[in-house]
Amino acid sequence: MKKLAITLFLSVLLLSLSSLTVSAAGGAGVEHSGANIGDTASLQRGAKWYVNYCMGCHSLDYMRYNRMAEDLELTEDMVMMNMVFSNAKFADTMGIAMHPEQAKSWFGKAPPDLSLIGRSRGADWLYSYLLGFYQDENGQWNNTLLPNASMPHVLWALQGIQTPVYRQETSAEGFTHEVIDHFELTTPGSQSPHEYEETARDIAAFLDYAGEPAKLKRKGIGVWVILFLVLFTLVAYLLKAEYWRDVH
Amino acid sequence: MAKIASSLSKQAGALLNWFDDRLPVSAFWNNVMTGYMAPKNFNFWYYMGALSLLVLVIQIFSGILLAMHYKPSALEAFASVEYIMRDVEWGWLIRYMHTTGASFFFILIYLHMFRSLLYGSHKAPRELLWVFGMFIYVVLMAEAFLGYILPWGQMSYWGAQVIINLFGAIPKIGEPLTQWIRGDYFISDATLNRFFALHVIAVPLALLGLVLLHLVALRENGSNNPDGIEIKKNKDAEGKPLDGIPFHPYYTVKDIFGVGMFLILFSFVLFLWPEAGGMFLEHDNFVPANPLVTPEHIKPVWYFTPFYAILKAVPDKLLGVLTMGASVGVLFLLPWLDRSPVRSIRYKGTWYKVLLTLFTIAFVRLGLLGMAEGTPAQTWEMRVWTLVYFMFFVLLFFMSPHGKTKPEPDRVTH
Repeated sequence: MKKLAITLFLSVLLLSLSSLTVSAAGGAGVEHSGANIGDTASLQRGAKWYVNYCMGCHSLDYMRYNRMAEDLELTEDMVMMNMVFSNAKFADTMGIAMHPEQAKSWFGKAPPDLSLIGRSRGADWLYSYLLGFYQDENGQWNNTLLPNASMPHVLWALQGIQTPVYRQETSAEGFTHEVIDHFELTTPGSQSPHEYEETARDIAAFLDYAGEPAKLKRKGIGVWVILFLVLFTLVAYLLKAEYWRDVH
Repeated sequence: MAKIASSLSKQAGALLNWFDDRLPVSAFWNNVMTGYMAPKNFNFWYYMGALSLLVLVIQIFSGILLAMHYKPSALEAFASVEYIMRDVEWGWLIRYMHTTGASFFFILIYLHMFRSLLYGSHKAPRELLWVFGMFIYVVLMAEAFLGYILPWGQMSYWGAQVIINLFGAIPKIGEPLTQWIRGDYFISDATLNRFFALHVIAVPLALLGLVLLHLVALRENGSNNPDGIEIKKNKDAEGKPLDGIPFHPYYTVKDIFGVGMFLILFSFVLFLWPEAGGMFLEHDNFVPANPLVTPEHIKPVWYFTPFYAILKAVPDKLLGVLTMGASVGVLFLLPWLDRSPVRSIRYKGTWYKVLLTLFTIAFVRLGLLGMAEGTPAQTWEMRVWTLVYFMFFVLLFFMSPHGKTKPEPDRVTH
């Protein structure tokens, strides 16, 4: 009877968990990035792309240069010579000089700080976002994931310019409308499409790392903690069995 | 060697005597641990109480450390949490202990309450034990809600907005009441500061007091057991229950094993999956609070969603709030709604198994629907499950006195 009750309860829970995964997914248009924060070389490349192409506008106000150097296995000289373009010190956070008020008057909306974008959006979203820029018929930049985003395609020189090819789609109510079928690379960039995907993946991985630097170590520590606990629980079980021998 | 050992133990005994003459140390230990006879047939469900106590300790411990670095100010709160996550030594571990602990607290409490539905632990003479437990549950919800605003992310802000506005549904005093709660015309620095005070001092004190009452009430009649029969009915010549075993050492060693199993699960989430796919730490809460930008989809943390779904199921705001209140309030009455002559589901007959299964599905399903975006079809489903939720209590009241039962055994079974 107690088995029945437990199985019943757990099966209800499991059933409900399976439908949960749907709501946890990233949504339409998000592709799997394959970003891996365990790949230090990828994080290093991501950091390089970030400080060169993104950090003109997007600060990382909670990330410190020295912490990044330590985690990404970079020396102080490497960071100070190649990645710091302001008078920031090694232990400073990766802020920008642009004032939010000015930024707002220039762009309409201040470019957000990206310290935690890896946590709020996830690496897959960032990867897809960087691949989703296109130029519409009017020559305006747009993005599939964030339609009418105010951000221009900063990496266009790398990726080149892609334009959409539309197809007609008929909705259930019988209306036809145009949707983007695929993109065509009308102006090639300095990188091949494959190289650009690699670049987007590196940036996504770097921002994933920057969102939670502790992630690099936490998993490794966790494995040891759990191994210890398994051993502890085994001993605890034997102790319990020994004490309980005379019950029943 | 033996001489030293015996002299040491003599000295320890003398020290204990010294204390016993001034404070009932041995008497207390004997009363609540070695002399307390617990039924010998506890199963899986009987770990939850002790584990909840463990999590309470984890929350207090990690909470104190967090409060040393956290800044309860609208300007600094979000940044101070990131400071804890990045610059404080082991700060991430402390914070994840607290966030993982919050969710596990509710998992344990829900299982603990479900145990009562299985084995009738709320029935006479343990009604007050259940009522104190329900107060703990309600106070814990308040504690969780107050704590959730502290990181000052988008979900902190807008979740608090939704919940505080519920009080606004009360006629006449609603609007001034919400202002009184917030301490401002909108959720602001003043709100954050007072919620911090309540979260770290007022509510934990109430919680500790209630836990003490819960434990005293438990020891008064002793634990129920999966068979739902009183072990005190069968005593040996010395007056000890035949089916009872001393709580210490039997259940202390068993609980150590339970603690080990629990900590494995706890550590798995803490170290390898702290966000739990956005369930324990929500993605939107990594965006700083912004009163000018409403998130697309506001929802409370998972442990509130069954009640949130009940709120959303009712079209009228005031009625919705009342229905939601009733869904928690009715649980207080459970000891008097369950009028069955037997306690345990084992002897209650099929009618109860069907009712409880439907109730469990309704609760879990409501929890899931409370997280969803809220399509019209989902709203209708919420209404159906809300009805099932309340029908459980109505049917329990009317069916329990007449429902078929099986004969209870004299002694506990295995």
